[in-house]
Amino acid sequence: MSSLRKTDRRRFLKGGLSLGALSLLTGCDLTDNEPAQRLLWNMSFWNDRVQGWLFNPSRLAPTYPESAVDRVFRYNAFYPEEQAPQLDPATYHLELSGAIGDKRPWTVDNLYQLPSTSQITRHVCVEGWSRIGKWSGCPLRIFLERVEADVTKRYVGFICADGHYTSIDMPTALHPQTIMAFTFADHTAIELPLRKPVGLPAGTRSSYSSLRKFA
Amino acid sequence: MVPADKIATPHVPPIVLHPLVIRITHWLNALAIFVMIGSGWRIYNSEPLFGFEFPVWMTFGGWPEVSQHWHNEEGLAGALQWHFAAMWLLFVNLLIYLVYGLMSGHFRRDFLPLRPREVVRDLRTALAGRLAHNVGERNAVQRALYIGVMTVIVFTVLSGLSIWKPVQFQELTAVFGGYDAARYVHFFCMTQLCCSSSSTSPSRRWCPRCCCR
Repeated sequence: MSSLRKTDRRRFLKGGLSLGALSLLTGCDLTDNEPAQRLLWNMSFWNDRVQGWLFNPSRLAPTYPESAVDRVFRYNAFYPEEQAPQLDPATYHLELSGAIGDKRPWTVDNLYQLPSTSQITRHVCVEGWSRIGKWSGCPLRIFLERVEADVTKRYVGFICADGHYTSIDMPTALHPQTIMAFTFADHTAIELPLRKPVGLPAGTRSSYSSLRKFA
Repeated sequence: MVPADKIATPHVPPIVLHPLVIRITHWLNALAIFVMIGSGWRIYNSEPLFGFEFPVWMTFGGWPEVSQHWHNEEGLAGALQWHFAAMWLLFVNLLIYLVYGLMSGHFRRDFLPLRPREVVRDLRTALAGRLAHNVGERNAVQRALYIGVMTVIVFTVLSGLSIWKPVQFQELTAVFGGYDAARYVHFFCMTQLCCSSSSTSPSRRWCPRCCCR
């Protein structure tokens, strides 16, 4: 685990440095120059606000019958399947940091004892494809309450074992269909090729897998 | 000899073919649609609906090489940002245009009435090269095209909304037959817009009496 963590940190640092270097290169392309980027950022923040207004916390994503589940789902990552990090459930820990009261790490056994719910929803990817899947696990809201997270904060961040990091806004995190999934299509997630003990599908948003750390 | 400046010239009152509001909204609309189609093609490329992709150089949304290096894809994130930025230009501009068109009587005066029989008649005479052209007056085919293209834009916006927010606008998404079907509708609307903008613009340029106005 510790070597993995180091790799992640290195990758973050590398990413940060290169992004900084990138910002020095301006005026090479109409769409990449500074005013254009500023405009895009402003529009992006505006879109976040609009999406916040549009988001109805009690509006549920449509659910489907068992027969509608896509039996062949889809592998999706920025690396080929065989390069997916192999996690050992025996030594796996979910680490917590940030505005959280109880920051003790969680083992797979602890996680699997959390109250569980099941949902069959359509996973819609930003790339444009969609598949209906069945996920089971603990509603994220229950988990956040359990660890005494400050739910008045605006975002919940995630760091995955593969170095992917992202965040969701708090209203989405508290949505009843946002769950920490431990099984997918009735298989415990660690039986799947990706060996991810915890995934995070959100009924209202795209989902992330191979969860490692909450921030 | 009468000096040249004393020769009476017949007074021709200037004809306002297109009011300023229409001209401005037209070109802003063209800009918005150009950006949306260019970025839309790149978004399409990340999950093609058919057996082809758009060449990356024809698409819009930042450096594909940088995204290739960092995310192993051709700049989907940048394309999405441009798409979701330009949609506001399209939307606000369309709203101004529609409100103006309805309030000023522009739609009623210039696009109506629309009678299928007249469209067929005008299309026939136009193809035979005998269609009379009165400056400032739209023939039935033109009226049909204007109304048609506006309907397509409205459908593009609605199908786009149902792809953008398939949970919050789930009823709308259902009207289009679900998320996957709405993508096809959105794609065909785009194709339609490409066809109509590439065919109507030159047809108007060709008219010698209108090309300078």
